[in-house]
Amino acid sequence: MSCQPDIKEELVFDRPAALADVPTHYCPGCQHGVIHRMVAECLEEFGLVERTIAVSSIGCSVFLYNYILVDTVEAPHGRAPAVATGVKRARTDAFVFAYQGDGDLASIGLAEIMHAANRGERISIVFVNNTVYGMTGGQMAPTTMIGQKTTTCPAGRCAEREGGPMRMAEIIASLDGVAYSSRVAVDSVKHMAQAKRALRRAFEVQVKGEGFGFVEFLATCPTNWRVSAVAANERVAKEMIPGFPLGVFKDAAKED
Amino acid sequence: MSRIVIDEERCKGCLLCAQVCPKTIIAASSRFNAKGYKVAEVPEAAKDKCTGCAACAQMCPDVAIKVWRSVKSKAKEND
Ligand SMILES: Cc1ncc(C[n+]2csc(CCOP(=O)(O)OP(=O)(O)O)c2C)c(N)n1
Ligand code: SF4
Ligand code: SF4
Ligand code: SF4
Ligand SMILES: [Mg+2]
Repeated sequence: MSCQPDIKEELVFDRPAALADVPTHYCPGCQHGVIHRMVAECLEEFGLVERTIAVSSIGCSVFLYNYILVDTVEAPHGRAPAVATGVKRARTDAFVFAYQGDGDLASIGLAEIMHAANRGERISIVFVNNTVYGMTGGQMAPTTMIGQKTTTCPAGRCAEREGGPMRMAEIIASLDGVAYSSRVAVDSVKHMAQAKRALRRAFEVQVKGEGFGFVEFLATCPTNWRVSAVAANERVAKEMIPGFPLGVFKDAAKED
Repeated sequence: MSRIVIDEERCKGCLLCAQVCPKTIIAASSRFNAKGYKVAEVPEAAKDKCTGCAACAQMCPDVAIKVWRSVKSKAKEND
């Protein structure tokens, strides 16, 4: 063409092919969507899409199978690590990850996650901590912060009555079978880059057979926090990160 | 010129994209989509300020933003 401009353009951001091109049921500003995208991107980067079996849990992310285009088993509440254990042991060639909320993982499913981690199952866990039971209307979770108001602690969580928030990434890191455990956030571009690196490593330890991989994402639930999406995102840096520090708590590669 | 395209039927109007745009050129429009969300936009007058950094797109929980970055053609005379 004679009138072609001297500036060309390049598509630098598009959805990964493994992320279904459909609207999601998530509330405005809910960061489950960002975390789904990162999972889809990492599966593609590692060339794992065709041999992945996901295990979804009970919570707002229950419809994971509609969004991430891999075979998925839907586990009963809290049991995703146990189901993932069975899937991986039966299909050792498959890449197996479970995607769990904080109510699912740290409350009803605490036994399953602890034992799967301790056994060093070759599975990866994507743990989404939004400090509440999102799906059921914002009840207190084991991860609810001191003073945080929920429908079951309307005056704010009280340490004397309910204990303090459980820091799962640190707890998981203390178990022998664990190859990698870290905590990340997706509230800023910088944190998203760190989150992506962490997710890659949590997947890589399974691919390399090093052991159990765990990554805790701090995420928003604007609806049950009863704030705007923007205010919810600001809360991540202001309140969540001081109580749930970001970082790598265990990495097998750095031990020897 | 770098630019973004927001899929207005996917946008939920959360404005997290606006919160992270280093050029602060994204804002709520006056349009509502079929689901009733007031969609985000880059107003016409601010369009040339976009650097194509993709911060907005990474932040968008609904993956509603595509980003094109301008690249200087190396062989202008061959076009
Ligand atoms: C056996 C069982 N007990 C309780 C419930 C009710 N229930 C559904 S989702 C949920 C909590 C989900 O919270 P979380 O795991 O934090 O996920 P989120 O929605 O916050 O992402 C509960 C208690 C259930 N579905 N099954
Ligand atoms: S209730 Fe909370 S976790 Fe569930 S979709 Fe809405 S914002 Fe997300
Ligand atoms: S690509 Fe960067 S500069 Fe352009 S609108 Fe998005 S955040 Fe702003
Ligand atoms: S982040 Fe996405 S959904 Fe939210 S306002 Fe921007 S384009 Fe719309
Ligand atoms: Mg939750």
